[in-house]
Amino acid sequence: MRRGEPLDFIAYIRDHPEQFRELLLEHVRLVGFSVLIAILIAIPLAVLTTRLAWFERPMTWIANVGQTVPSLAILGLTLPLLGIGFRPALFALTIKAVLPIFLNTVIGIRGVDRAIVDAARGMGTSDRQLLWFVELPLASPVMFAGIQTATVQNIGLATLAAYIGGGGFGDWILQGLAMVNPPILLAGAVPVAVLAMSTEMILRGVRRVIVPAGLTVT
Amino acid sequence: MSPLWAGVSLITLEHVSKNFDSPSGSVRAVEDVSFEVDAGALHVLIGPSGSGKTTTMRMINRLETISEGTITINGRDVRDLDVVELRRAIGYVIQQGGLFPHFTVADNVAVVPRLLGWPRARRRQRAEELLALVGLPPKQFADRFPRQLSGGQQQRVGVARALAADPPIILMDEPFGAVDPITRKQLQRELRRIQAEVQKTIVFVTHDIGEAFLLGDRIVLMAEGRIVQNGTPADLLRNPASPFVTEFIGEDRSLRALQHTYLAELAGSRPDGVPDDVPILAGTLSIPQAGQELARHDRSNREGFLVSDVSGRPSGYLTYQQLATVLGESIAPAETMTSAEAAPDPEAAHVLPV
Ligand SMILES: Nc1ncnc2c1ncn2[C@@H]1O[C@H](COP(=O)(O)OP(=O)(O)O)[C@@H](O)[C@H]1O
Ligand SMILES: [Mg+2]
Repeated sequence: MRRGEPLDFIAYIRDHPEQFRELLLEHVRLVGFSVLIAILIAIPLAVLTTRLAWFERPMTWIANVGQTVPSLAILGLTLPLLGIGFRPALFALTIKAVLPIFLNTVIGIRGVDRAIVDAARGMGTSDRQLLWFVELPLASPVMFAGIQTATVQNIGLATLAAYIGGGGFGDWILQGLAMVNPPILLAGAVPVAVLAMSTEMILRGVRRVIVPAGLTVT
Repeated sequence: MSPLWAGVSLITLEHVSKNFDSPSGSVRAVEDVSFEVDAGALHVLIGPSGSGKTTTMRMINRLETISEGTITINGRDVRDLDVVELRRAIGYVIQQGGLFPHFTVADNVAVVPRLLGWPRARRRQRAEELLALVGLPPKQFADRFPRQLSGGQQQRVGVARALAADPPIILMDEPFGAVDPITRKQLQRELRRIQAEVQKTIVFVTHDIGEAFLLGDRIVLMAEGRIVQNGTPADLLRNPASPFVTEFIGEDRSLRALQHTYLAELAGSRPDGVPDDVPILAGTLSIPQAGQELARHDRSNREGFLVSDVSGRPSGYLTYQQLATVLGESIAPAETMTSAEAAPDPEAAHVLPV
């Protein structure tokens, strides 16, 4: 067992460049795909929820319950169904990402000024046009905040994928824990933190592109 | 093209009622309302808050369903028309503006043209035309966002937007209610100028009697979901259907601004042929007092009343139409008076003790 200086983890990464790249790729793939799939699921469900009165209660209930189920429990539950590896990890992460995006989309659409919706309907927008021209653009800041939350959250949660052989930086973290080897543990944990912070910054830039200019002018 | 887009449009409401049903019970918001809006005329719906004005208006473009009765446009039942098509043929302006904050001013104006599939260049040209019409130079305003405009400017954009596709009908729900009194008066005058130019069939909701007198070709006074009186502004003064009408007109805050305007100042000289049996009012009466006084006379079938001078001779004459115009035109809403009084007159500043 090796107990080196805390910064030894940099040396560890330098010594294992191939594996580092592989873990990074797996990690990013897990997060990227889970968030993308979650967006495709959550936004239509949220739109339906704002359209159908009866749909709202069950959906919001599921969303809230879903939010409170621990990620490890989801991983554990998917194990017998999907086995081990990338796919069950992706499944669990997707479920976790659906919730914030769904809730924020519902809140965003609900929060659109009634007068604007009324004016739009009064001018003769169809339901679809109302959604695309008015509700989604005006809800976009809140929706985007949900996507941001989901992404950063999943960067952290993706480390748990290692428990079921899903890959990512969790591999090194588990390995470091098991071997009580801080440098290896840190070689997994520090890149996760850096990834989370840089993603946060990148998303802030993306936000500027996505959120309509008229909403941010003063 | 649908019959809605005929050059002129006549709106009729026949025995229209509206219930709002909720778990806590049913609210009768509108009760057996019938009236007709002539093509090219501006009809004002006025009444206290909650009297059913907005609901009545919103049944015309089917933003509210009609519980009972029929509304037709050019003879077609609105329920038989495609709802989206119907609304695109009817301009709609609301108090809170309802501009799209993420659209530029020009794009806001061109919303309905866009829905109707006009090509981009034509939309832009139309938007600029209309911005100029409502007094917002397009060079300066077309590419701004609503947040970069004052409340009054936003309402102008709202009016321009309603006119964009040149709909024959426009519905306006307290369009100037949220702007300051000075701007409001200015917007009212401009709407009158624009209406003289474009001749739309307009239903205009307000609770400001001055606004009603200034803009309305006809005024429909509502209370508790029913029509109390439907007539020209002069009719309402000459022949109020009930004490409620006189009260509603007289109690309006804006009328109090006229308490220092006296009949003698307004009356013209008595024309030949005015019969002796018309009411005679003292020239020393203020406008609100005159309203109270007139309520005691039979004014049916009379165009005006005589105004006596200091010696008691009925040498002056005022028509109800003139009185209505005065009510509409010269009423400065109360706030305006106060702010005018509060603003120091630059001339007077010299004589004030330092
Ligand atoms: N969506 C609604 N649900 C229930 N009641 C309503 C609704 N809209 C209006 N009302 C009721 O109908 C009556 C008339 O309202 P409204 O037409 O808005 O009056 P006004 O425009 O003259 O102020 C009021 O009593 C109001 O509370
Ligand atoms: Mg109203």
